[in-house]
Amino acid sequence: MSLDKAQEIAPETLAQVRGSFPILAQKIGDHPLIYLDNAATTQKPLAVIDAVTRYYREDNANIHRGVHALSQRATSAYEDARASVARFIGAADSGEIIFTRGTTEAINLVAWSFVRPRLKKGDVILLTEMEHHANIVPWQQVAEASGARVVPAPVTGAGEVDLDAFRGLLQREPVALAAFVYVSNSLGTVNPVEAMLAAAREAGVPTLVDAAQAVSQRPLDAASLGCDFLAFSGHKLFGPTGVGVLYGKRAHLESMPPYQGGGDMIANVSFAGTTFKGPPERFEAGTPHIAGVVGLGAAVEWFKGLPREQLWAHEDALVRRATEGLSGIDGVRIIGTAREKVSVISFLLDAAHPHDIGTFLDAEGIAIRAGHHCCQPLMARYGVPGTARASFSIYNTMEEADRLVTAVRRVARFFS
Amino acid sequence: MDDLNELYQDIILEHHKRPRNFRALPQPTHRAAGHNPLCGDEVEVYLAVCDGRIEEVAFQGQGCAISRASASLMTEALAGKRIDEARKVFAEVKDTLSGDAPEAGMDEIGELAALQGVRRFPARVKCATLPWHAFEAALEGTKRVSTEGWGDLSRFGAAEI
Ligand SMILES: Cc1ncc(COP(=O)(O)O)c(C=O)c1O
Repeated sequence: MSLDKAQEIAPETLAQVRGSFPILAQKIGDHPLIYLDNAATTQKPLAVIDAVTRYYREDNANIHRGVHALSQRATSAYEDARASVARFIGAADSGEIIFTRGTTEAINLVAWSFVRPRLKKGDVILLTEMEHHANIVPWQQVAEASGARVVPAPVTGAGEVDLDAFRGLLQREPVALAAFVYVSNSLGTVNPVEAMLAAAREAGVPTLVDAAQAVSQRPLDAASLGCDFLAFSGHKLFGPTGVGVLYGKRAHLESMPPYQGGGDMIANVSFAGTTFKGPPERFEAGTPHIAGVVGLGAAVEWFKGLPREQLWAHEDALVRRATEGLSGIDGVRIIGTAREKVSVISFLLDAAHPHDIGTFLDAEGIAIRAGHHCCQPLMARYGVPGTARASFSIYNTMEEADRLVTAVRRVARFFS
Repeated sequence: MDDLNELYQDIILEHHKRPRNFRALPQPTHRAAGHNPLCGDEVEVYLAVCDGRIEEVAFQGQGCAISRASASLMTEALAGKRIDEARKVFAEVKDTLSGDAPEAGMDEIGELAALQGVRRFPARVKCATLPWHAFEAALEGTKRVSTEGWGDLSRFGAAEI
């Protein structure tokens, strides 16, 4: 989908969106907060804060268990959120939506319940070099448990997946699953997921898309993407921490054993044997993070109500402006220059280490992240220990982008 | 900005730009690597110890201004000291960085006092202590320490791996 055609957003709309985030109206020391660590977690709008508060003030009870009014209200709030998420990401039905603790747990669930039982010695789990540790370590664990291998497809100097190499690996290797990130959290690269998914389908290989960043950056439609699994976290979509989503095709979910055992996921328990419910309950053992799910549902509805195309175009303009400004500073090197790229600017400065940049900017109220961004193999690929990373969201302003550039220029002067 | 100037004092910036004893010792009696996986900092500390006295200290590696300056200051502070004296200096530096010692206590450790600005930046304490932990590891005969090891995570976060 092209974002270029989106009309320019009205300043009042932007101000209104920004105004929905109470946390942004604060100072850090003497400086207004400039929050540019959105790839780590986004801030929460009033709609979410209020939904969570209202849930605790008015509806709190355990779900799927009580006959009383509160339990029924809590259960409908929880299941309504599931339906919201299903519509939002284009799932065929709510049964394909499993609530987890986040992207990490969603990937672990697929690793242990879907992949592990069918993984044979010598099989390959195909990733890319730009994966987050959450999409590497679970695969290493199941691979180790079954004598399989984890193989990453290479990434080019600009930070794009080498599509030919990816296709080649799918054809040459006995690939049991291909798992890859849609939008890279450390480079901002938007991967050609349609092409990658098509290649996997052609090779008869099931797929998992890590949509942790993409969910707030791109329209998502699981059915038209045709992936087998897709994972994201609520907290990167303006929702609460501690809650996330695994989308899985129903046929797969039906075939998978439970990930954890406990209450709520069983049909019948006896010491002679236990039978399990179908999906999604089979994968939601124990009392879930009900308030978190309610907050996530509110985040989805709030986000859907925004002029998203225009806000993304605005965000792209911020990234372009900051990229141009930073590139004009002597000694700045930008890591990740993919043709399709959103939200994130990872950079290095000759004169200063990322950590020093981070501390210096923090003293000016600017929150960025310094380090490896949970992508150590990718940092190794570029031969750098880490980067400074500024990541934008829909509520950031041009003035903030400019202030970032001015502050980085000061850092460069200070340390040279 | 005041805190920042306190952190990046002139001595720190100077040692960062022109680190002392920034080299490998050809035949160290002790050596160890310190690693902070969170920021990728790596420091290798080399010692030449003779009859319980540290004759030479040197280091190599890559890191932020704080870890590099701390390593450079450390090499100057420890050269010529007996091992027990050097351990005492480390203990003082540790206490100072963690905020356990009064700031005035730093007077006894000379230029190292420049490191005390770090105590206002809890996220940076590990940067300053990394080379010191590598030094201690070298004395103990441990080859490698990490700030994020899974052993006993002291308040400095250093543990053996
Ligand atoms: C691309 C990507 N994948 C996975 C994760 C892990 O998400 P979480 O920590 O919310 O489980 C993140 C978040 O840091 C991410 O950016």
